[in-house]
Amino acid sequence: MKLVALPLLLGIALPALADRLPLPADTPASYTAECGSCHLAYPPALLAAGDWQRLMAGLNEHFGTDAAVDGKKGAEIKTFLERHAGNAAKLGSAGEPPRISTTARFVRKHREVPTQLWRDPRVKSAANCEACHRGAGDGRYSEHDSALPELKR
Amino acid sequence: MKPLPALFLLLASLAGHAETPQQIGQIYATEAAARQAGFTPSAKRGEAFFRQRFGHNDKMPACTSCHTDSPLNTGQHAVTGKSIRPLAIATNGERFSDPAKVEKWFGRNCKEVVGRACTAGEKADFAAYMSEVR
Repeated sequence: MKLVALPLLLGIALPALADRLPLPADTPASYTAECGSCHLAYPPALLAAGDWQRLMAGLNEHFGTDAAVDGKKGAEIKTFLERHAGNAAKLGSAGEPPRISTTARFVRKHREVPTQLWRDPRVKSAANCEACHRGAGDGRYSEHDSALPELKR
Repeated sequence: MKPLPALFLLLASLAGHAETPQQIGQIYATEAAARQAGFTPSAKRGEAFFRQRFGHNDKMPACTSCHTDSPLNTGQHAVTGKSIRPLAIATNGERFSDPAKVEKWFGRNCKEVVGRACTAGEKADFAAYMSEVR
């Protein structure tokens, strides 16, 4: 009985675990304040260390905005992102400049989202995780809890 | 004599203490008065500034591009879509309470939307409008 139940339970539990991406316990306040004001404070595991490094090096021209952070905070944020960065091989290339939404992992996870929905005024941009994943701020990215009725399943 | 209170307020603010919107507005008003005798903050001028279309940035030509037509409303970032809590004190009591944060966002948003640094007088007017708007 138990031998059968265990893989079954794991099969149910693992996809749910993959939807959980909470910010690490040692997330510095500077990260949420500096990076989380204009967009969600993204989980560091969504980009590889090299991509975070390139991103941090170009903050003065961050997707059309000067998002430069002063030296001490910038160093703290960079160290934090590197420490919790994701596996480059599993994520796939993030392009140049690095974008989370360009990684193969992101594209695969969102392959069922219709193209026009990304342009929807409620969404505006793939940067806006919370438009659909309403629990994203708390690290919950389950597809079963979409804020948009079109994506309910 | 005039720079003294400004210096005092600035030092007090650098210590990281929470301030009231009036105190923060006063820091800018004092600075503006030092340059322009008789300056007094005007919520009306602040509102005009809030609504002015600067057109420096296609995606965010005015403050209203992200903060909506009323500072009492929740806004939405014009590029990322992220929700932005209201600017007005009446609907968001956390606004204008941290001088460093206020200065940081004037710095970033003036550069990006207005296309230059804002003057102390513009900041004082803006703070007055956000404090008074109902």
